[in-house]
Amino acid sequence: MEALRAVLLVLLALGGLAVVLTREPLRQALVLGVYGLLLALLFFVLQAPDVALSQIVVSTVGLPVMILLALAKVRAHDHRKRRGEQ
Amino acid sequence: MCVFAGGALPLASLLVWGLSGLPAFGDFHGAYALLVDRIVVAQRHATDAVTAVNFDYRALDTLGEEFILFTSVAGLAVLLREQRGERLRAITRGAGEHHFQGASYALRALTLVLVGPVLVLSAYIDAHGAITPGGGFQGGVVGAAALLLVFLGGSYLAMRRLSPHALVEAAEAAGAGGYALVGLGGMVFAAAYFQNFLGLGTPATLISAGTIPLSSLAVGLEVSGAFVLLWAEFLDQALVVRGR
Repeated sequence: MEALRAVLLVLLALGGLAVVLTREPLRQALVLGVYGLLLALLFFVLQAPDVALSQIVVSTVGLPVMILLALAKVRAHDHRKRRGEQ
Repeated sequence: MCVFAGGALPLASLLVWGLSGLPAFGDFHGAYALLVDRIVVAQRHATDAVTAVNFDYRALDTLGEEFILFTSVAGLAVLLREQRGERLRAITRGAGEHHFQGASYALRALTLVLVGPVLVLSAYIDAHGAITPGGGFQGGVVGAAALLLVFLGGSYLAMRRLSPHALVEAAEAAGAGGYALVGLGGMVFAAAYFQNFLGLGTPATLISAGTIPLSSLAVGLEVSGAFVLLWAEFLDQALVVRGR
């Protein structure tokens, strides 16, 4: 258990770094999802399954979906502008 | 460089000093938590102390949190409404039947197969809030995720047909209002707002812990509604609302 916790903490530190260092928003949203899943695993290992359950859905589904949809909207807007359409 | 070192060295030493004085990992002295942990099964017949605190001992705090969610989703719906000069039209041909490029029929079918089990899991987590880890919020987000699966695997239109705006809004409002009503019941049938006024039953059975399962179901409904509404607003923006 102790080892698992240590491994997860190290992975989380690396994961957080990966999220910050990913500069492309689309990729960043996906990396953030993976990071959220790791965080949920840590909560589970720390015996907080209640928090882990909400963490899984909110950070691996809820947040990335919102970011992806916002990106889709922005890109559709840019695309139309480039075509000179109103 | 000198200025940087002059600032960084004291900061580093302060940081090391502070970190060395931290209690050990997992060291915990919360009197309230230890007390609740000791009395919760005897007092409330709930075997999940977290849910008992959320929906009974500190139910008023949860009411506040619930209204935060309600208000923020309402604000989002107002912000992302169809504005003057915007038309509701599919951005690309076939956006209504939107599905993801490269997603095979097998993958889409598997996603749709998962919808049922995820919904059942959501209802299970909602209903067993007082017994096992989970409760209204957790069950609620899982339930909303099931509807998102319909979009991911099937199509945007199918998701909208399964969750029309009016119905989702009504469900969210009913959940929020229902939770407040459970609190009011405490005032009517017992002495105070959110006092547990129902029979406590046998611990670790489905109908036990008094009002906690009721609160859990109400919050589950509200959270599901809130998340589905949130995603639907974003989907509308991305797929059908067209700028002026």
